[in-house]
Amino acid sequence: MGVTVFLILFPLLVAPVMYLVKNNLLRGRIAYVAAGIEMAAVFVLIGQWARNGFKPMEFFVRTRGADHFILDAEILLMIFVTFMCFKYRKYWISLLSIVPTLLIMWFEFFGPESVEYAHIRVDYLSVLMCLIIGIVGGFIIVYAVGYMHGYHHHHVNIEDRRPYFFMILFLFIGAMFGFVLSASLLWIDFFWEITSVCSFLLISYTKEEIAIHNAFRALWLNLLGGVALAVGIVGFGLTYGSTSLYDLIEQGVAGNPAAVIPVALIAFAALTKAAQFPFSSWLLGAMVAPTPSSALLHSATMVKAGIYILFRLAPAMEGNLTGNMIAFIGGFTFFVASILAISQHDGKGVLALSTISNLGLMTACAGVGRQETIWAGIFLMMFHSVSKSLLFQDVGATENTIGSRDIENMHGLLYRLPMLASFMIIGIAGMFLAPFGMLIAKWSALKASIDENNMLLILFIAFGSATTGFYWSKWLGKLIARSHETGLRAHDKTKRNEQISLCVHAVLMVGLCVLLPFISIRFVDPLVAEMFGSYEQVLSQGLLITMVAIIALIFLIPIGAYLISNRQATNVKLSYMSGANVGNNSEFVDSFGGNKKLWLSNYYFADIIHFDETMRYCTVGSAAVIVVMLLLVIGGVLR
Amino acid sequence: MSPIQIIFPILFIILGPFVGGLMDGIDRKLSARLQGRIGPSILQPFYDVRKLMNKQVIGVNRAQYALLLSYLLLMIVTGLLFFSGSDILMSVFVLSTASIFLYFAVVETGSPYNTIASNRELVQIMAYEPAVILMCVGFYLVAGSFNVHDIMQSETIMITRMPGFFIAFLFALAVKLRKSPFDVSTGHHAHQELVQGIKTEMGARNLAIFQIAEWYESALLMGMVALFIVDRRPLSFFFGALLVLAVYLFMILLDNTAARIKYTKMLKIVWIATILFSGLNLLVLMLMR
Repeated sequence: MGVTVFLILFPLLVAPVMYLVKNNLLRGRIAYVAAGIEMAAVFVLIGQWARNGFKPMEFFVRTRGADHFILDAEILLMIFVTFMCFKYRKYWISLLSIVPTLLIMWFEFFGPESVEYAHIRVDYLSVLMCLIIGIVGGFIIVYAVGYMHGYHHHHVNIEDRRPYFFMILFLFIGAMFGFVLSASLLWIDFFWEITSVCSFLLISYTKEEIAIHNAFRALWLNLLGGVALAVGIVGFGLTYGSTSLYDLIEQGVAGNPAAVIPVALIAFAALTKAAQFPFSSWLLGAMVAPTPSSALLHSATMVKAGIYILFRLAPAMEGNLTGNMIAFIGGFTFFVASILAISQHDGKGVLALSTISNLGLMTACAGVGRQETIWAGIFLMMFHSVSKSLLFQDVGATENTIGSRDIENMHGLLYRLPMLASFMIIGIAGMFLAPFGMLIAKWSALKASIDENNMLLILFIAFGSATTGFYWSKWLGKLIARSHETGLRAHDKTKRNEQISLCVHAVLMVGLCVLLPFISIRFVDPLVAEMFGSYEQVLSQGLLITMVAIIALIFLIPIGAYLISNRQATNVKLSYMSGANVGNNSEFVDSFGGNKKLWLSNYYFADIIHFDETMRYCTVGSAAVIVVMLLLVIGGVLR
Repeated sequence: MSPIQIIFPILFIILGPFVGGLMDGIDRKLSARLQGRIGPSILQPFYDVRKLMNKQVIGVNRAQYALLLSYLLLMIVTGLLFFSGSDILMSVFVLSTASIFLYFAVVETGSPYNTIASNRELVQIMAYEPAVILMCVGFYLVAGSFNVHDIMQSETIMITRMPGFFIAFLFALAVKLRKSPFDVSTGHHAHQELVQGIKTEMGARNLAIFQIAEWYESALLMGMVALFIVDRRPLSFFFGALLVLAVYLFMILLDNTAARIKYTKMLKIVWIATILFSGLNLLVLMLMR
């Protein structure tokens, strides 16, 4: 049990050290060691859990001292948020922190005593989350050490606050461990608030006006979720007399009316954290932060906290109104965000929207709440964490090297920056090419939504997968296209520590693809079994074998084709330009008879999609749906 | 595993290109007659490909050959998946991966005409994919399985229960086979403003490889059409063949009578048709369950 405490407290203790050490080199070293120790601790935890026969481990039944400490810390957090809100004259946002904190305080002092239960629980899902946070998060920190060096080299006008930055990173990691290991809803609420505040601090890092603005948007949207979470917790505590997450799920599955509204409210809170419509705007705004914080927010932490809670609640949402709401919002977000992603040519913008879109699919999986969809959702989460972290870091490194993260400027990147471009291709291919992660998950989600008779979700998945394919393929096409900028081989400025992180992520990505059937049998199947009590295999044996064969072929065919083509003599000619060639493929003869440089561009449909308008309509529409559905849920119980 | 699950894939590998090539030949002959020309022999596509195969590899660069080869092989894998009676949704997904390799082979050249065509090809993929995925959903709803083999064992004749999916699939088919009015990424004839769209930079042996892959694809798509009719009864294979013939003749007629439309309009028409026909059919099937 010591390990779980260590996992949570160690990063929290390293954080002030990061702040106090002003020497960049030394702080970097300490960060490496701390990240390494944290990863090692995750494996120690897994070792203990394995010795326990992979059964859930529970600790800390009596926690009076810890409870007091957490309450005190929560009050401090409230004071800090209020201070920040007053400092920047966003007075009303402070209410979103004060109200839930006072509510929780009132509940702890005057509410009924909760039944006894273990406050820390280690099971398949939390182990998976620990792995994601530990490994992906840890390597993001390794990457950040190198990246921030280059960042401040390029952005001289931004104040160098690296000690502060690394402090927040470690706080964030610690809070995430606390979040996924806690079984107490009160503890979960506390760690929830920490992650909200940490993301606020990361986004506002540059202190530019836009950064402050976006940071406050992220803050208030996440605090709004925090209010719903606090109300849900107190409501359940008052009516049922427990503050255990697992009691809540159990009662939710059993259909106890006391659990219906809390489940709905907590699921609503999770939507804010997972940046689903109508709350997506905060994650898009978070792009202004330096890349490591984007990578952290998008892959290992923050949004995954929302998805984690939704997966936990999934059994309690199967086939009821709350589940329908979550599934609808998820499916809707999957589709709309993927359409919006088509209109973007900022690399980080596409990544942010694709995160929202993929989280939508995971949310929909949780909302349907069947075994198949959870199975699919878990895989989506694994693939998404690794791939998004890889892609964000890669785009960041590319930006540091070529000075732009616009996809249009990545034309022929494979020939200019072979290493970074290859990593990018691995990351993107892992996200959408058959039969890797995304597709097998889509297969399973589609099957489950048919079984569930969820027609809207079927349509969302069918159309959303077409649009998803579109924006990923055109990015891939840009990377491999030749001509207008090839020949200018850029000097790769990626640092060693950034390269290490990228390599590890790429290896993880390929490993996940190749080992998918194995991971399914050894890890994800038992996870689903543990969650639902029983389990029938999602992928039939036959399909599993077919999949292994296809996976092998998809790797082998292009390699084989490449080897064959290498033996083949090719007669290289100029490309067709209606006779206006000038002797190379990057120029043509213009109407004045001079040489003109080619510029090739992708389709973005900006005039059809109208980003801002679509965003506004979808936000309003989905907010209306959520309000109506929540009212229906509440009305159904009170009737 | 029944013998049919072994025989069909073998037949596909051997006969696939012949069926596809023959269809190509019929297309050219009929189109010529519709336009008042005599037209080439039905076997002309085979002569063309044989000649192209014997030429050297000519291209803007070396990578195109490898990518086209990957496209061809993945297309064959897709066909094997489908004809061996395994999961239809999975084969559709692998089919889209194959199409992406075609896109790579086109966009990779960096030639201006090819780049436009490759973008349009992507739009085409985006246009037809929902209809094809929904067709799989329809099969699952009626037959209770994604397995092609199980679908064939079903008691009901599929088209009677899923006419809407079939109509939407016809739209998808017209896009997939690049038939007018949805042939925005290519044209079969020499007068097209984008030269030959995605084929602009494919010459000699590269073009032959592409052609063979297209034949395999036609054979596969016609197999999907036949699945709407075919069941256990041997006679159903005959009717399946009739349906395939009728659909293909319809596609040729469409190709010769319709004018090409803009790619945005194509996307709108195909998606609206998909929502309308597939969506309605889906709704009815779900209510009947």
